Amino acid sequence: MKRANPIRQRLAALSLLGVPLLTYPLLSLPSGTWGGIPATYLYLFGVWAGLIALAAWVAERRGI
Amino acid sequence: MLSGWFIALLATGYLGLLFAVARFGDARADAGKSIISANVYALSLAVYCTSWTFYGSVGRATSGGLSFLTIYIGPTLMLLCVGVIIKMIRISKAQRITSIADFIASRYGKSQLLAGMVTVIAVIGVVPYIALQLKAMAASVDVLLQHSGSSVEVWGLDSTFLIAVILALFSILFGTRHLDATERHEGMVAAVAFESVVKIIAFMAVGIFVTYGMFGGLGDLFQRAAASADMERLLHLDSGRAGTWTALIILSGLAIIFLPRQFQIIVVENVDESHLKRAVWLFPLYLLLINIFVLPLALGGLLHFGAQGANPDTFVLTLPLARGAEALALLAFIGGLSAATGMVIVETIALSTMVCNDLVMPWLLHSTWLQAEKRQDLSGLLIGIRRAAIALILLLGYIYFRLAGEAYALVGIGLISFTAVAQFAPAMFGGMYWKQGTRAGAVAGLLAGFVVWLYTLLLPSFAKSGWMPSGFVEHGLFGLGWLKAQALFGLGGLDEISHCLWWSMLANMGAYVAVSLNSRPDAVEASQAERFVDVFRFDARNAEARLWRGKASPDALVGLLERFLGAARARQQLAAYALSRQAAGWRNLPADADFVQFAEAELAGAIGSASARVMVASVAQEEDLGLEEVLDILDEATQVRAHSRQLEAKQRELEAATNELREANERLRELDRMKDDFISTVTHELRTPLTSIRALSEMLHEDPRLDLADRSRFLGIIVNEAERLTRLINQILDMAKMESGRAEWTTGAVDLGEVVRESMASLEHLFREKGVALAGDIPASGPVVQADRDRLTQVMINLLSNAVKFVPGGAGRVQVGLSSAAGLVRVEVHDNGPGLTAEECNVIFEKFRQGGNTMTDKPQGTGLGLPISRQIVEYFGGNLWVESEPGAGANFIFTVPLPVPEE
Repeated sequence: MKRANPIRQRLAALSLLGVPLLTYPLLSLPSGTWGGIPATYLYLFGVWAGLIALAAWVAERRGI
Repeated sequence: MLSGWFIALLATGYLGLLFAVARFGDARADAGKSIISANVYALSLAVYCTSWTFYGSVGRATSGGLSFLTIYIGPTLMLLCVGVIIKMIRISKAQRITSIADFIASRYGKSQLLAGMVTVIAVIGVVPYIALQLKAMAASVDVLLQHSGSSVEVWGLDSTFLIAVILALFSILFGTRHLDATERHEGMVAAVAFESVVKIIAFMAVGIFVTYGMFGGLGDLFQRAAASADMERLLHLDSGRAGTWTALIILSGLAIIFLPRQFQIIVVENVDESHLKRAVWLFPLYLLLINIFVLPLALGGLLHFGAQGANPDTFVLTLPLARGAEALALLAFIGGLSAATGMVIVETIALSTMVCNDLVMPWLLHSTWLQAEKRQDLSGLLIGIRRAAIALILLLGYIYFRLAGEAYALVGIGLISFTAVAQFAPAMFGGMYWKQGTRAGAVAGLLAGFVVWLYTLLLPSFAKSGWMPSGFVEHGLFGLGWLKAQALFGLGGLDEISHCLWWSMLANMGAYVAVSLNSRPDAVEASQAERFVDVFRFDARNAEARLWRGKASPDALVGLLERFLGAARARQQLAAYALSRQAAGWRNLPADADFVQFAEAELAGAIGSASARVMVASVAQEEDLGLEEVLDILDEATQVRAHSRQLEAKQRELEAATNELREANERLRELDRMKDDFISTVTHELRTPLTSIRALSEMLHEDPRLDLADRSRFLGIIVNEAERLTRLINQILDMAKMESGRAEWTTGAVDLGEVVRESMASLEHLFREKGVALAGDIPASGPVVQADRDRLTQVMINLLSNAVKFVPGGAGRVQVGLSSAAGLVRVEVHDNGPGLTAEECNVIFEKFRQGGNTMTDKPQGTGLGLPISRQIVEYFGGNLWVESEPGAGANFIFTVPLPVPEE
């Protein structure tokens, strides 16, 4: 039996990680402002950019 | 500057440029040099960002704050599930799927009913979305014209209608060039990718201009917004709307793969599965970048125009215009045009394929008119139908825009479409991962979901537009309170989209699962379920041939192909197929299961799988296998495959073992040959001194009158030769021991300087006798290495005696050097003898090979000294080599590693 593709699994795991990070209740944690910019705005874009960076790292290291 | 004609010219010029890009892409595809790279594929996915993103997101942000982001986070998370998408692509390639309707229909037994249902849902769901694009384009033109106070009217038609006509022409030209819908529209994909670049540049340019040109950066904008109570609300999420947030993420995650245009781009237009590797992060990155300035733009617009000042949906245009940046506004206009045209073109092409294959074809196939025209080539008719469908869909969009244009904000319409296509999710996911899902279940699920969507979302939106009484929304159908369209069974407190999503999904999934579990699939369904769910494992070669049994005439099948594909293309495909089966032409092939399969697949590419099945069945007498037999064949195929995998593994092991044996055998033969060579060389070397000893002894023995001087000369030679013989034998024994690994080594700390000095001293007389100068610069206490002292002395003496042998008597000079660097001790013996050629430099380290001309000169050594020395040095981890050129003397060098210092 062929083993499941590890890169696909890693990417799927990233997706599963993203779901709780980008939905409630975790989303209600950041509050106030950080350096004059609303914390929620920074949090959303930060987590999102982090997921993209990780996905790029996982996907571009080896072939799917 | 912004006259109506100028704008019209600019827009037309831009569409002309798109046209050129698409032409270029098609030309390259025809020449076999595809320009669809991983990056182009990833960018083409951004057809997801329509004018709804370009204009509507800002509008939504002015009322909902950050909640617009859900529409882009959902696709990011969905795309990371690469396995699901690759499975869709793999299935579509194997089954020649041309649209999402075809996918669902094909999975559930190539059902025309399902294909038709999916098409109807898609068209009803997506037409408002197309209207939305037209609306956005019309609004953007209006803003620019208002600014300049002019207007464009051609023959009394409004600009939106003209735009719709141009878009229809563009779609027709690039979407329906070929009949085969599985053949990719590379020109279209290239144009869409190009548009994606244009729209992100335009949007970010406006964002940067507003944020940093009109205001003092992000921090300044946010601080000024925070000062107003109305806007302060937009900066924070309302945790009371957590349900909506999650619902929208799910909805957009489903939309990214189930919207007809997304399915077209992601699955049908995919050239290479590995392109997904890039798309999985580049497309989300694109989404992130295009969204960074949405909230700043919304806040900027509100701050600049005040709460009632301007339509938030056009802030992207009005903000630059307010500052007189007309060029930037034009760039934004072109960006918005890109967003809208890309969506409309791909969407209409995808929908027209569905309408043609899944609505018109089944009807035509049943009509008597088509039966009468049996001989006719229908490929032209098919293309005509698709073109008409494109025009019709755009016309529908235009009509919807005219009627409902002002009733709804942009975002509302988009989400209604998303919820409609989300109804495909249970049938799609179930179809890919659950073999038990049946056609009856899929039909029931789709129907239930669609009805709920219609009642809770689309009809209320009509009611709001005033097209129908709104009683069922406010008081419930027939006045029953629990039937209120947007508070079904009293479920209140939700926004209309989440309300519809939860109820429709409950109905859809519930009906799909319940009916599937209580119905039996027929034979075709069961085999299609296997092909879909086990696409990575399905053994096509084994099972396909047995899953079809019947009689077919090749001429009838070919006739069918020629009718629907056109004669030229049919012949081309047949030739390629015959080649793949190693036959000269299709006439040499039997009309077996494989041939029927090929014909059906080709037809499926042209008219969809459901219609293709009906057509093939009309010319071939297929035997009904029955469900039991099909299941048996499928089980067997799985087992056979497992067995054959085991056999293959065994065979590979055997082959590996055979190879190893062969190599070992080769090595043994080589060693055997070397041993023979060695023995013959050794005996030859031994014979030379023996012959001379024997000859001289015989002379002494037979001639008693030999005078004393001769006798003692002969005896001297005999003694010398005997000594040489002894030395030779000793060295051969030495060599043999070393090579067999039985030599005795006594390793200890050795002062290499001392070894060199002692060796020089012991050979001093030899040098003096021949008049050769021996010089050496050796430190008093040299480097200490781990080695065998006697063996190293042997090497040193060998090198020195070689040197003295080859330098000219009287003028000879031998220089010895000792140095250590980089963990190695390096000993050099340099002479001013005749030197060696490059070839000799290697040869002298072989056994019984000596420097100089061995044919004419008397041999001066045994020919074993250097090979033995090299073995000794290598045993201690060092190297022995020679650097020399003819006439320039020779420099013999050996190295021994210094012991690693203990930490």
